[in-house]
Amino acid sequence: MAKPIEATDGLGSIPALLQRNASQFANRPAYREKEYGIWQSWTWAETEKEIEALALGLIDLGVKEGDFISIIGRNRPYFYWAIVAAQSVGAIPVPLYQDASADEMAYVMDHCGARIAIVEDQEQVDKVIEIQGQLTEFEHMIYIDPRGLRKYDHSKLHEYSQIQDKGRATHAENINELRARREKLNYDSICVMLYTSGTTGKPKGVVLSNRNIIEASRSSSEFDKLRLTEEVLAYLPMAWVGDFIFSIGQAYWCGFCVNCPESADTMQTDLREIGPTYYFAPPRVFETQLTNVMIRMEDAGRFKKWLFDRYMEHARKVGGDILDGKSVGMMDRLKYGLGNLLVYGPLKNTLGLSRVRVGYTAGEAIGPEIFSFYRSLGINLKQLYGQTEASVFITLQPDGEVRADTVGVPAPGVEIRIADNGEVFYRSPGVFEYYYKNEESTKSTKDPEGWVATGDAGYFDEETGQLRIIDRAKDVGKMAGGELYAPKYVENKLKFFPNILEAVVFGNGREECTAFINIDLTAVGNWAERNNIGYASYQELAGHPKVLETIREHVETVNRSLAHDPMLGGCQVHRFLVLHKELDADDGEMTRTRKVRRGVISEKFNDLLTALYDGSDEIFTKTEVTYEDGRKGSISATLKIVDAAVVPVEGTRQVAAE
Amino acid sequence: MLDSVEPYTTEDGRKIGGVVMEMKNITLRFGGVTAIQDISFDIRDGEIRAIIGPNGAGKSSMLNVISGFYNPQEGEVFYKGEKRPPMKPFQVAQQGIARTFQNIALFEGMSVLDNVMTGRIRQMKAGLIAQALWKGKAEREEVENREVVEKVIDFLEIQHIRKTPVGRLPYGLKKRVELARALAAEPSILLLDEPMAGMNVEEKEDMSRFILDVNDEFGTTIALIEHDMGVVMDLSDRVVVMDYGKKIGDGTPDEVRTNQDVIDAYLGVAHD
Repeated sequence: MAKPIEATDGLGSIPALLQRNASQFANRPAYREKEYGIWQSWTWAETEKEIEALALGLIDLGVKEGDFISIIGRNRPYFYWAIVAAQSVGAIPVPLYQDASADEMAYVMDHCGARIAIVEDQEQVDKVIEIQGQLTEFEHMIYIDPRGLRKYDHSKLHEYSQIQDKGRATHAENINELRARREKLNYDSICVMLYTSGTTGKPKGVVLSNRNIIEASRSSSEFDKLRLTEEVLAYLPMAWVGDFIFSIGQAYWCGFCVNCPESADTMQTDLREIGPTYYFAPPRVFETQLTNVMIRMEDAGRFKKWLFDRYMEHARKVGGDILDGKSVGMMDRLKYGLGNLLVYGPLKNTLGLSRVRVGYTAGEAIGPEIFSFYRSLGINLKQLYGQTEASVFITLQPDGEVRADTVGVPAPGVEIRIADNGEVFYRSPGVFEYYYKNEESTKSTKDPEGWVATGDAGYFDEETGQLRIIDRAKDVGKMAGGELYAPKYVENKLKFFPNILEAVVFGNGREECTAFINIDLTAVGNWAERNNIGYASYQELAGHPKVLETIREHVETVNRSLAHDPMLGGCQVHRFLVLHKELDADDGEMTRTRKVRRGVISEKFNDLLTALYDGSDEIFTKTEVTYEDGRKGSISATLKIVDAAVVPVEGTRQVAAE
Repeated sequence: MLDSVEPYTTEDGRKIGGVVMEMKNITLRFGGVTAIQDISFDIRDGEIRAIIGPNGAGKSSMLNVISGFYNPQEGEVFYKGEKRPPMKPFQVAQQGIARTFQNIALFEGMSVLDNVMTGRIRQMKAGLIAQALWKGKAEREEVENREVVEKVIDFLEIQHIRKTPVGRLPYGLKKRVELARALAAEPSILLLDEPMAGMNVEEKEDMSRFILDVNDEFGTTIALIEHDMGVVMDLSDRVVVMDYGKKIGDGTPDEVRTNQDVIDAYLGVAHD
C-alpha cells in the first residue's frame, strides 16, 4: 500500500479546520437554523465559541480521551457542534439514527460502550433511559430541548446550554487541557464512527480517521469546485456518512454554510427559502417531488396543463444537451429560454432548486425519466456511487458527462478493480480504518493491500468509461434456465412508475420471476379520488381490481422493455401480487435507509411466495406489524395473485446486428 | 373553603396552589329547563380539573358559565378571591381565561398563523389607523406578538402548516390550532370543551401530551370537559361529575371511579 498521505498546513483534524475557519472566515455564516419562524444564524467565529464552550463543559463533566459519545437527533447546529466538541476533547462521536428502535439503539450504544449521549428531547431521553440498564459504560446524558424534562432526576441528566455555561465558567481551569487535547489530533486519530445500516446482520461500526474524512472531502470538493459561498440544506440523517461528508467534511474544508430545517415536516418550505447551491437527495426524494408535481399538474387548469406539457416536451428534447454544453440550434435555444421564463424557472423555484449548481443523487438507481426530468429543467443533477467504508466517494459523474444508467468515473485518488465474478473493489485514501470490535469482518472486507469489496456487481461501460452497477453481487444469480437474474434491476424498472412505491422480485434458481408490489398511496390515492373510487384503507386500495389492473399494465410494460435486453430478458415478471401493507423499517422489512431486506421479506411472507409459484389465484394471509411506539398488532387480508403477459426475448440475433 | 386548602405538590412534581376560581351554588335555567342546578366546586391554581358527565348533563353550560357566555340566575362565581359580577365573554377573556370550542370555531379562510395571531388581539393596543398603515406602534406590537405566537407554534409542533389555510386542515390539526390560539393569549386558566371529541387514538394521545405539557411548562390551570373516561382519569387531578344538571361526584379520579352514583350514572341502574 502506498505511503499514507499527510495533512497539509497542520490541518489534520476537523477541530483544526474549525480554528482556521474561525480566523479566516470569521464573519461568514457557518450554520443557520430556522426557529420560531426565523432563520437564526451563527458565523464561524460564533460557532467556534459555541463548540469551545461545549468542549470545556464536556471536560468538566469528566469526558476522557477515547470515550465514545452517542449523538442522537435530527439535523441541528447543536448536534454538529457536539460532534466537533467531542472530537476536540479527544472523544469519538457516534451519530445514531434518531428513529432507531430502543433495541437497535441499545445494541449500538453497548457495542461502542458509549459513556455519554447527547440527545434532542424527551422522546430520546426516555428511549435512552429505557435501555440504560443494558449499557455498562453509560454515565451521562445531555439534552437540548428541556420541554417536559424538568421533573426528571438530574443527577446524570444535563441540559446542553447548562453544560456550555459550565464550560464557559470553567474556561480558565480547562482551556489548557482542551488545547493540549486538540493539539494531539492528527490524520491518524479517529474522526467519527458510523454504524452501517446493515442490509444483512447486525450493524457494524465503521471507524473513519481524519485522513479518510478530510482527504475524501478535499478531493471531492476540488472535483466539483465547491466554494466558500455554497449553501447546503442538512436534512438527511446525521448517522449517515453522506451527511457527515457534506455537512461536516466538505463544509469545514470549504467553509460553506450548513442550513438546518425547522422540522422534518417543513423541509420543502425550508428548501425553497434557502435555495441551496449544492444539494444531495436520494432518488426517492426526487421521485416523490416529481410525483407531487405531476399530481398538481393533473389538477391544474387546461391552459396551464397544455403549457406545461408542451414546454416539458421541448425541455426533454434539448434541456439535457444545453446543460451538457452540446450544440443546440438557435430556435431551440430561444424556445428553451422562453420555456425557462414560463415553466422551468417557476417550477425550479417551487421545488427549491433554482440555485443548485451541483446536485447529487445516490444510494439507489434513479429512474431515467426522473433523472432526465430534472436535468432537462437545467438542474445539474449527477450521480455518485459510494459507501460508508469509502468515506462516500467511489465514483462521481463529471459535469457534462452525465447519464442515468451509469454512476461515473473513479473519484480522485480512487482505484477500482472488477473481480472475475463482477464484484467491484476499490482502494482510496478514504478507505475506512477498521470495523470496531469486529476484526473478522474487517479482514473479509478489506484485504492487506487496502482493497475493499463493495458487495456490488458492475462493469465499466465501454462507450463512456463510466462504472455501471447492476445489483448486489450476492443477489445476482441464475434462473433455472441459465439466464442472468438481477432482481434489483427489475425492481428499479418497476419502481420508476409513480404508482409503484416498492417492488421485490424473486426468481433465483427458478423457472420464472415473480414480484411483490407496494403501491404508492399518494399517487394511487389521487387517482382513486379522481375516479370516484372509495377506499377506507391502504389495504383496501391495494386490493382494488382496477388498481391491480393498472399495476398489471405497468408490469407488462416492464416485461416488454426487458425483452429488448438480451442479458436480462429472462427476468420478466410472470406473476405478481400487491402487498396488503407497506414494507417498513419498523417491521424489519427494510433498512433505515429504505433498502429492502430480501431475506427477511421472503421468510416473513413465505406463504405468499409459495402462492406465487403454486398457481393459486388468491391467498389469505395474516401479518404481524409493529407500530411506531413498539406495540405489535396484526393485519390479515386475502390477496389476489395476478398473471402478467411476458414477451419472448429478442435473443442474441439483435445483439449481433448491432 | 378558601382557607381550607393547602398548596401541595403532586406525585409527578407539579405544584398545585390555592383556589383560583370558585363556583358557588350555581343554577342556570333556560325557560323551564334547569340546565345546572345548585352546583358548587372550585378550581385550584395549576391543576387539571375535569368536568365529566353523560350527554345533556350540563357540562358545556357549566363551561359557558365560567367563560361568561351565560350568566347564571342564581349563585356566585369567585375569581382570584373576588366575586365576579355578570360579565361579557370578552371581559372574562381580559381576565386571563381562554377557551376552545367543542365544534371548532376558527376562521377557515385564514392561515394558521393568522388564526393564532387573533389570540393576541387582547394585547394589541394600536389604533385602527396605525394598524392600517402598519407603522410605529402597530409594527412593533405585531413583531412582539408574532414572537409569542411563534413560540406557541413551536410548542404545539405545527410549524409545517403555519401558512396553510385552516379550512384545508384535517380535524385533529384544527383542534390543535384552536388550542394554539387559546394559548397565544397566555391565559391563566384554559377552558377546553371536549378537546378530544372525534379524534382517533393517535390524535388523542398527541392532544393529551400537549395538554399535560401546557400545564407543566406554563403552569396553566386547565378546566376541561371530556367524554372519554380513560383520558379524563389519566389527565386530571380532580374530577367533577355531573348528571341531569346536578353534581353527583367530586374528587380525585380514584375517588370518582369508586363513587356509586357515578357508576350508576354511567352504567345505568337496574330497576327492580
